[in-house]
Amino acid sequence: MPGSIRVFGWLEMARTADTLLEDIQGPTPGQMLRKRIFGHQGLLFGVAVLGLLLLVAIFAPLLAPHDPYAQDLLARMQPPVFLGGSWEHPLGTDHLGRDYLSRLIYGARISLLIGGFAALISGLIGTAMGVAAGYFGGRVDMAVTFLINVRLAMPVVLVALAIVAVFGGSLQVVILVLGFLLWDRFAVVMRSSTLQVRSREYVTAAQAIGCSTSRVILSEIMPNIVNNLIVVVTLEMAHAILLEAALSFLGLGVQPPTPSWGLMVSEGKQMMLFEPWLVAIPGITLFVLVLAINLLGDGLRDVTAPENRS
Amino acid sequence: MSEPVLSVRNLRLDIPTGAGTLHAVRGIDFDLERGETLCIVGESGSGKSLTSLAIMDLLSKRIERKADKLVFDGTDLTKAGAKKMRALRGDRMAMIFQEPMTSLNPAYTIGDQLMEALLLHRKVGKAEARRRAVELLEKVGITGAERRLSQYPHQLSGGLRQRVMIAMALMCEPELIIADEPTTALDVTIQAQILRLLVDLTREMNVAMILITHDLGVVARVADKVAVMYAGELVETGTAKKVFDAPMHPYTRGLLRCIPVPGKTERGSELGSIPGIVPSLVGKVSGCVFRTRCEEATEACRGEIPYRESAEGRHNFRCVHETGRRAGVEEPA
Repeated sequence: MPGSIRVFGWLEMARTADTLLEDIQGPTPGQMLRKRIFGHQGLLFGVAVLGLLLLVAIFAPLLAPHDPYAQDLLARMQPPVFLGGSWEHPLGTDHLGRDYLSRLIYGARISLLIGGFAALISGLIGTAMGVAAGYFGGRVDMAVTFLINVRLAMPVVLVALAIVAVFGGSLQVVILVLGFLLWDRFAVVMRSSTLQVRSREYVTAAQAIGCSTSRVILSEIMPNIVNNLIVVVTLEMAHAILLEAALSFLGLGVQPPTPSWGLMVSEGKQMMLFEPWLVAIPGITLFVLVLAINLLGDGLRDVTAPENRS
Repeated sequence: MSEPVLSVRNLRLDIPTGAGTLHAVRGIDFDLERGETLCIVGESGSGKSLTSLAIMDLLSKRIERKADKLVFDGTDLTKAGAKKMRALRGDRMAMIFQEPMTSLNPAYTIGDQLMEALLLHRKVGKAEARRRAVELLEKVGITGAERRLSQYPHQLSGGLRQRVMIAMALMCEPELIIADEPTTALDVTIQAQILRLLVDLTREMNVAMILITHDLGVVARVADKVAVMYAGELVETGTAKKVFDAPMHPYTRGLLRCIPVPGKTERGSELGSIPGIVPSLVGKVSGCVFRTRCEEATEACRGEIPYRESAEGRHNFRCVHETGRRAGVEEPA
């Protein structure tokens, strides 16, 4: 049969061509990933700042020059060094004479704790809901979409205010309230990502080799949508940190005398016209932290996006 | 003859839609022996892929599957539960998909995906699975198999990926492979290689294969049996030789007229075509579905259509006319 002779001819040619290809060497995936990471300035800045603040938060007792709770009514409202203050209190003291730098350092713990745990709780809730909706569709999808709409119709700050007013403000309450209120974006993003991935043939292929539903979701779908998840985690972490600051500023978040950046802004606001640094220092720190987290999220998305992989 | 690997009788698939029930597949019958290749041919939307997914039980729950008999190697698939089906899939029956670009998971290496089925179904260690993966990659003609295992799908060309898919399907030495248009997405030079490879391997390993395609050239080269599908029905089935040498159903004849034959079809002469479109299958479907496009159609085509056996046997077709032609009309030479 002449047809089959030609076919075998092609097969042989393909094989020889393949051995030639073996000599071509390119960078390994690991090398390419490293190149993308170190070529991304935003990501590097985000990692550096967030890493620094994490270290500060972890080693707060070692770094803080004073006890953040210790009042010294004789040394109230001392200006920071750059405004003519002394090195005894590098960032000055507040209206109760507490060391501002120490309070700032301990405040990093509160912000990161709330950001991390609120993002974790809302991430678990939102991802479970979103993936279930995207994968199973039908009634599950309808129910989840309804819940997302209900959640989006609730103003977060007002609901948080109401709950905190009933249960009293404390670190745990703020974390739980934010965790149970910020899952909407996780659910929306995970639902659409799952919808996109679940119609790919490799998902059917995994079912065709006998994978169970949980295995298909966990080992076929999740790895392909986890980069979207990481971006939402960072966004929601920043969101939670800002909301905590807002709640504390309104007096319904973390309660004094706990050092929280939002609380520091709130306590400084009466003196804002005369001593603007009281508001500016915690405000700028908050801004830098949120900026770093957002840059990190953006960078991670750029680096892990499949279109940049090849 | 031994017991067939797969035996299908009166397989029906109904899809509820807003406008009514869509009878996508109506009354499919066939038997498949060990090591045999059955080609299901038909145009897009004729229900070929649905039929293959129905055998694997991979259809969405919305689609209703009914069958008088659906027996795979002694197992009644109509009664098999989800767990039993999972145990069969990948182990005893495997599937090769149309799009090699999307049927491999971009998040895992070729090696991980090759070994997955074996690790899932057999009590083997990683080293053993790896050895088997290398062996099969070499068998499907991939050089440097050891090195390929650690590569990701995006580093492979379409032809290589389809070879990997074939190796994946063969990992557990299944009894049945369903290949759903395995060469459609590849370029023509690769198509012939992949097809030859698939057919050689299934013959060598004595695996039954259902090859779904709309390319009649492919069918002529590799099929033992051919089933021609039109609008959810098998209009003609039989051994490849009989169907190609003496096509009985008007649709099969029409299809064969559409292919140019080297040396026979003259330059500049017109190729055949089948006018019209596939009718809607929503609601009650009666009579011969091909009658709207058939040259031989008569009033009787609206009624019950008998399933005829041609004079030589092992060759069936569904037509009111005894010979597939209107009485008194001679085929123009």
